[in-house]
Amino acid sequence: MTGNAKSAADLTDAEVKSAADKLLSLVGGSIATYTEACLRCGQCAEACHFYHASGDPKHTPAYKLVPIAKAHKRSVSPLGWLGLAPKVTREDLAEWEELIFDSCTMCGRCTIVCPMAIDISSVVASTRQAFAKVGLGPADLREAADNSRDRGSPLGLTPEALEDRIEWLADDNELDIPLDKDKAEVLLTVSSIEMMKYPQSIVGMAKLMNAAGADWTFSSVGYESTNFGYLSGRGDIARTMIERITTAAEKTGAKTVVIPECGHAFGVMRWSAANILGRPLPFEVLHITEYLAALKRAGKLKFKPYDGSLTYHDPCQISRRGGATEEARYLLEDFATDFREMTPTGNRNWCCGGGGGVQAMARAADLRHKVFQIKMDQVEKTGAETLISSCANCRLTMDESAEHFHWDHKRDSLIELLADHVIE
Amino acid sequence: MDLLDFARGPALQFAAGVFCFGVAWRLAVLIFTPQARDLTPARKGALPGPVAGAREVFRRMWPEMHPTGSNMFTTINGYVFHLGLAIIVFGFAPHIQVIKSFFGISWISLPPVFIHVAGGITMASLLAALVKRLTSPVLKLLSTADDYITWAVTFAPLVTGYILVGRLIQPYNTALALHILSFAVLLIWFPFGKLMHAFIVFLSRARTGAHLNHRGAQL
Repeated sequence: MTGNAKSAADLTDAEVKSAADKLLSLVGGSIATYTEACLRCGQCAEACHFYHASGDPKHTPAYKLVPIAKAHKRSVSPLGWLGLAPKVTREDLAEWEELIFDSCTMCGRCTIVCPMAIDISSVVASTRQAFAKVGLGPADLREAADNSRDRGSPLGLTPEALEDRIEWLADDNELDIPLDKDKAEVLLTVSSIEMMKYPQSIVGMAKLMNAAGADWTFSSVGYESTNFGYLSGRGDIARTMIERITTAAEKTGAKTVVIPECGHAFGVMRWSAANILGRPLPFEVLHITEYLAALKRAGKLKFKPYDGSLTYHDPCQISRRGGATEEARYLLEDFATDFREMTPTGNRNWCCGGGGGVQAMARAADLRHKVFQIKMDQVEKTGAETLISSCANCRLTMDESAEHFHWDHKRDSLIELLADHVIE
Repeated sequence: MDLLDFARGPALQFAAGVFCFGVAWRLAVLIFTPQARDLTPARKGALPGPVAGAREVFRRMWPEMHPTGSNMFTTINGYVFHLGLAIIVFGFAPHIQVIKSFFGISWISLPPVFIHVAGGITMASLLAALVKRLTSPVLKLLSTADDYITWAVTFAPLVTGYILVGRLIQPYNTALALHILSFAVLLIWFPFGKLMHAFIVFLSRARTGAHLNHRGAQL
């Protein structure tokens, strides 16, 4: 499926009004401030990988503020009260649909350079909800969200399929991979991208957890940590996915929920889940790099040195927007003997181009590939043999684009590399 | 009532009224629009929200340059005209006199030649900003009427100020009245357009600073 779920041109007047009303309902104090703060200085353009790759002014992050700013202005300005301020139109929804979904990964790089510190990423996340309310958005993104709700995961990883694959991985690797233990300290979750496309990443996580002597389990009640409900702007599905993990954690009495190598899964579960549920979570949420770093600090994980040259791609939701930039680097310390940082790196690193659900949008592939040229250039300048990351979504984006460009640079997962060198 | 009396009297009073009421209204809307409480636990070591917000307000005064230097013009030019305007408004002796007459406070003025140079540089800088806005594809797309009106009402007092100081229009009182009126127009437009960023910048930076610091994200 490659097109729109629904065309904005087919929206009724009532649906257009419904989208505008939804936009307005999402305006809290912060978004109101952001929509009024923009100086239209254009500083954000060059910070955005989509503008950088395409050169199209429409990809300027500040331009993505327009629909919600219009709805807000109409409600608070005197001209709006007189009915004279412009309102959100069908044409607006048609024009911005691509800009809000396909060409924004919500990576937050634009916020770094904005003199007003506007958090455009959070505005885009809200705007997606209004578009989704009237059925707008890429069909494949909506389908991934539907699959998550109906089958347990965007890639069809049902509880039965999870059980089968775990059994297969455990047998194949002669490894203990606990599923549905009655009680466990740690609930480990999966990204179905890993389970279906990078199963060695699941093996790697299990191997590391076991090596550290952790009391952990997977749960067939709540296992999928990617949240396509959130990415597609569908709050009900976002909530369902969070509730499943929360229920699983509560059932097993887990004090910690560990999110695997997936940036957005971490971002949603760590920094939005409690707000979406409307109550604090009764457990802590850690990204796998944070959890493993804690185990390493406690002396529970030790690694044989890796002598090849490495460079690390920062997943935006883990580093720039997640606050866990240093955890992966700590894991690489005393392990990767030839670690080379990209330029820019850490919180200023470039996005892979596939975050925010963009990876799942077939129609965004060409633009995504263009964006990936930035990453190829960064990697090649380091001279490192291997590019690693701690996000399966970034990895999939990079693998697909690498294939598109016949770029044969070696790529790997941080977890898999660590698991291959853990001292058991 | 001649033109100068009108400018100094009703025009300035009306403009000041619109400015005060308008600014208060817009800030009240932003401050009192409810914001859902963040229920996620802060990262260990995160600063309290107000502290993180205040830090971000000041931290962001230091510009973030693109590695390619592609934003150098906009960044440097922005500093130039903001500093230039501050020097003219707060360093020119007659302006200090006006401020003293209203608020009772004053300070030492800068030498007139310094003000004249600053005025020239500021006008050149604002003209450069306008050219950039009219020629950059990104800025052309983003720009609204607000951008051009704001530019005009900011530039006008500089022009009328130069006319006044240079005695380019006679009688002097007419030139002074035009200068005051141009300032009154700026005050009236202030709450309706993006000049409000002089106040909103504190809110915007503080909100983002608090929000991302809560996550432990290093901006």
